[in-house]
Amino acid sequence: MLLALLVMAVVALALAVPLGVRAGRAQRAAGQSRRRRSPAPRPELGYDPGRERRAEQRARQLLRSCVNEEEWAMYRDLGFLRVAGRATAGRGSALAAPGYAYLVYPHKPIVAFVPDSGRLLSEYCVEFPDMHGDGNTRLPASDDVLAKWMALTSDESRVIGQANMHLVGRQLDPARVRRDLWRLSEWERRRGAGSSVGAHGG
Amino acid sequence: MKFLRMKPGHGEVLLTEGDPGSEVDEERLVEEFRRQLDEGMWAAVPTEHPSSGRREALMVRDYADIPPQAERVIFFPRASGG
Repeated sequence: MLLALLVMAVVALALAVPLGVRAGRAQRAAGQSRRRRSPAPRPELGYDPGRERRAEQRARQLLRSCVNEEEWAMYRDLGFLRVAGRATAGRGSALAAPGYAYLVYPHKPIVAFVPDSGRLLSEYCVEFPDMHGDGNTRLPASDDVLAKWMALTSDESRVIGQANMHLVGRQLDPARVRRDLWRLSEWERRRGAGSSVGAHGG
Repeated sequence: MKFLRMKPGHGEVLLTEGDPGSEVDEERLVEEFRRQLDEGMWAAVPTEHPSSGRREALMVRDYADIPPQAERVIFFPRASGG
């Protein structure tokens, strides 16, 4: 009985080994074929800090050539621009001074506020995505600021109409915005310029 | 007059330039202007108020709207809600 079992085991092993070897070969061949068929991995475009830095330098030069000296200094020193609201507080009013203004940050929402009181009004989430590029849709930071500046100073209602409006605090920390307003007032005090929201468009 | 376009990863690029007073140049400028607007770009001309020195931009939707003294037109992607 034991001998019979032993013989059966040997026979089964003899039959199984070639089958296993054949299956292994087939698997290896399929793998090689798959590797041959699949295209070589494409080199990732990746993030090139040098390219982005050069783009940002060019964008800063363009921004500088468009805004006035005070606005450029503000952006250079503080990292944001102030743009006066174009609509006057009262229609037909002799008062030309704007009742509100905007803080323009790179790649962050535009914040509307009241210059006299510092009260924050709302944030406008707006982007300028370039859908015709090589996959990178994001403008350099200073180009984003310039795009917002050009849109606000030329056609405020159009860009505000395109934006998603929220109460301040959805994307930006209100405490940080208030701190930026304080930094702005200190910066102006140091420059001795005083408040000039309406005088220079920003 | 120069046509510049903001581009991700590049900063601004020069699309074309020419003298609007020249018929050949103007034809090229008009064609490029239309192409950019067809691609969904907005076009703006940076301006400076002669007396106050106030700087702002003028959005132009047609080639004919470009002020004659403009030295450059900047094309940039249109705004969308973020």
